[in-house]
Amino acid sequence: MALQQIKFYQTGSFAVGNRLLDPDQRSVQSDTDRANSINSGHRACQGCGEALGARYALDAAMRAAGGQVIAVNATGCLEVFSTPYPESSWQIPWIHSLFGNAPAVATGVAAAMRVKGRSDVRVIGQGGDGGTVDIGFACLSGMFERNDDVLYICYDNEAYMNTGVQRSGATPPAARTTTTPAVGPEPGNRFGQGKSAPLIAMAHEIPYVATATVAGLRDLEYKVRRAMEFRGARYLHVLVPCPLGWGSASCDTIKIARLAEQTGLFPVFEAEDGQVVSVSKIRKRAPVEDYLRLQSRYAHLFTSPDGERTIARLQARADRNIARFGLLDGVPPSLPDGMPQPRSRNDDEAGR
Amino acid sequence: MDKPFAITLDVGSSLANKTGSWRTERPVYVDLLPPCSNACPAGESIQQWLYRAEDGGYEAAWRQIMADNPLPAIMGRVCFRPCEAACNRGEVDTAVGINSVERFLGDEAIARDWAMPAAAAATGKHVLVVGAGPAGLAAAYHLALAGHTVTIRDAGPEPGGMMRYGIPAYRLPRTVIDAEIGRILSLGITLESGVTVTDVRAALADGGFDAAFLAVGAQVGKRAYIPAGDSAKILDAVSYLHAAADQAPPLLGRRVAIYGGGDTAIDAARTARRLGATDAVIVYRRTRGQMPAHAIEVDEAAAEGVRMMWLSTIARAESGALVIEKMELDETGFPQPTGEFTTLDADAVVLALGQETDLSLVGGDPAIAVDDGVVQVGADQMTGEPGIFAGGDMVAGDRTVTTGVGHGKRAARAIDAWLRGEPWRPPAQAALAAFDRLNTWYYSDAPATVRPELDVARRISTFDEVVGGLDESNALFEARRCLSCGNCFECDNCFGVCPDNAVIKLGPGQRYQVDLDYCKGCGICAAECPCGAIEMVPEQI
Repeated sequence: MALQQIKFYQTGSFAVGNRLLDPDQRSVQSDTDRANSINSGHRACQGCGEALGARYALDAAMRAAGGQVIAVNATGCLEVFSTPYPESSWQIPWIHSLFGNAPAVATGVAAAMRVKGRSDVRVIGQGGDGGTVDIGFACLSGMFERNDDVLYICYDNEAYMNTGVQRSGATPPAARTTTTPAVGPEPGNRFGQGKSAPLIAMAHEIPYVATATVAGLRDLEYKVRRAMEFRGARYLHVLVPCPLGWGSASCDTIKIARLAEQTGLFPVFEAEDGQVVSVSKIRKRAPVEDYLRLQSRYAHLFTSPDGERTIARLQARADRNIARFGLLDGVPPSLPDGMPQPRSRNDDEAGR
Repeated sequence: MDKPFAITLDVGSSLANKTGSWRTERPVYVDLLPPCSNACPAGESIQQWLYRAEDGGYEAAWRQIMADNPLPAIMGRVCFRPCEAACNRGEVDTAVGINSVERFLGDEAIARDWAMPAAAAATGKHVLVVGAGPAGLAAAYHLALAGHTVTIRDAGPEPGGMMRYGIPAYRLPRTVIDAEIGRILSLGITLESGVTVTDVRAALADGGFDAAFLAVGAQVGKRAYIPAGDSAKILDAVSYLHAAADQAPPLLGRRVAIYGGGDTAIDAARTARRLGATDAVIVYRRTRGQMPAHAIEVDEAAAEGVRMMWLSTIARAESGALVIEKMELDETGFPQPTGEFTTLDADAVVLALGQETDLSLVGGDPAIAVDDGVVQVGADQMTGEPGIFAGGDMVAGDRTVTTGVGHGKRAARAIDAWLRGEPWRPPAQAALAAFDRLNTWYYSDAPATVRPELDVARRISTFDEVVGGLDESNALFEARRCLSCGNCFECDNCFGVCPDNAVIKLGPGQRYQVDLDYCKGCGICAAECPCGAIEMVPEQI
């Protein structure tokens, strides 16, 4: 019988931890000594993807920076639910100023650290999609253009959830929000041009840009760790489902994030200096309908006569992502000539 | 007073905010019954021993098997693995090779001479076990561990029953039988071989026994009337296999027909091939799909060149030839004669039409009911006669080694309770861990390791073992394919995915605990538990 290489740990890299792995190969989240950057008692809704994503990302950053992290927070759910005066859930140095200026404040904190000679202290700016993609965008673009030494993390739940589920620049087409109701000839958010913050960040040719979801913990932790290896402006865009705004069951948060990735609606990749260097291949491809059905913000697609056509348009968007980023195994992305082919992240993770 | 400008309050922690009060459902860790264990006739805790084997804890894994079954190396060779048919992994890719891991563990135990479990303090009770087959040996083992004195009486010259005299050596090497039986007897069990018990009541009274377990098996081959010429050679499969095991096989000629469709028919056909028959033909009156023989056995036999004639009965046997009548299935699936005849060249016919039990040892006892040729027992394996229990092939049930071992275990537990004057209660069973409870996303894709098989050409000429074992790396790989259905395997998923840090990791082997002060009851932990070991239970509000 042919020799078989044994590198198989029951749940591979997909579960949070694994008793069969060496401790240094395990995830930060499986460690009882993880920083727990955002502690229990916060007032996020049941099943909040953002609370989870923030802990995943910041705990990984804390590990990578040896505990020397200062976080700057934009206004938004994450800020409101974590710090109702006089309580705080944050177990790391944390500062909040305004809705739109978090990248600028982060730049200032980084400058202060530089003046003090504290190159060991790493600065993280963070906010929701409203504070990042819309309101804070000028500050963010400036931070990128100056290449300030900040890792900026956007927790994207695709609308202004804190103020009552209003549409943002990151809201996907056809989604119902309180400002894009499911009425009229084109119910829900209209099919616009889209606004991909990761691709705009890449256009700044900053050292590192990556996307991730709360469904892929190992991948998210890797990307934070990788981002911390660079100096200069870095951008991480994390998809965090919102049970309240998306109208999904609180227990389905991770499942929905997983489906966003497995349908191709949310491509997961990383880029260095403006070029995609790796993509996470789809492991179990699913039709967009599987993703849409779990969310009442898309309920109108399954009741209105035009729903089917709209679902087909959304499927076409997913298919476009799949072709553009090469999300299926064995299918290279459609890149301009001369661009190097990205590697598959799945190969990096195999055997974990 | 020393606070910075414009600051009037200390920083408070959000831990003051007990978000557990939001909850309407709470996560509860459960241990469910995995389908493998549910299907195991011997009641092995398969998931648990695979779990121990996964990190190389082979001895602990073997001890977990031994808690239920004292014959792992034998089991790993002859069990028909209903566990694998039930395995949830079969719906993901292919079932876990449970049986091959069991065999690896059993062989390791023999090679490394791992010590038997320690017996409990002596009770002073004496139990007679009649029959040293799998049921009798299993009962003796469990009774001895419980502290009872055990005497086994067996009619055969050597212990093992059908394992030795019914199962050919190419499936179960004699060295393995000797090793595992010797280990059981080393617990201080007295074996009296070559002793036939003719009257169980008399044996009980004469020997001063407190209870008896009867497991004499079913070794009388059923006969069918076949009109035959004087020179036709007809014998039954049980005798044939027994003689082959005794190294005194009868000479059947070059062309042998085997009549019947069970595992014994297959064993007889494969044995005939090994003893020089160039043509071994199984004649069966129904179709392959209706054969009681296990599919693996049929496939292996076919690979060795055993031929099958479906929908056929033997109408007449003559010297050197059989007259075969073709059958056809009626609407109810029952075979009916067609009146069409063909001839099959055959030097001998082996009848493998099922076996019956010689029940003379209970013959005189009106309290012990016999129906349809088998002794009637309750759920506790006790016959109508208090203190006399029975199991194995002589009672109703599947006639397999594993079933016998299961009967022996159950009878031993019931005898132990009976001797203590306590009522026997069947062990409580958890709810089944069905496939739809699993979140299979988290399991790596990995195919089953295929057991190496001996080269077919080599196989048919010798009695060498046909199916090889796994080496350590393969066995480890195979064990790690277990999904751990319904039982926490400490993957840390619940600890990781809780948005509220409300799952406490208690450390290796200690599993987890929910911090109900902060758990909001979102249910992500339950939804993302790979093995379905968390249940959401409504709060009493």
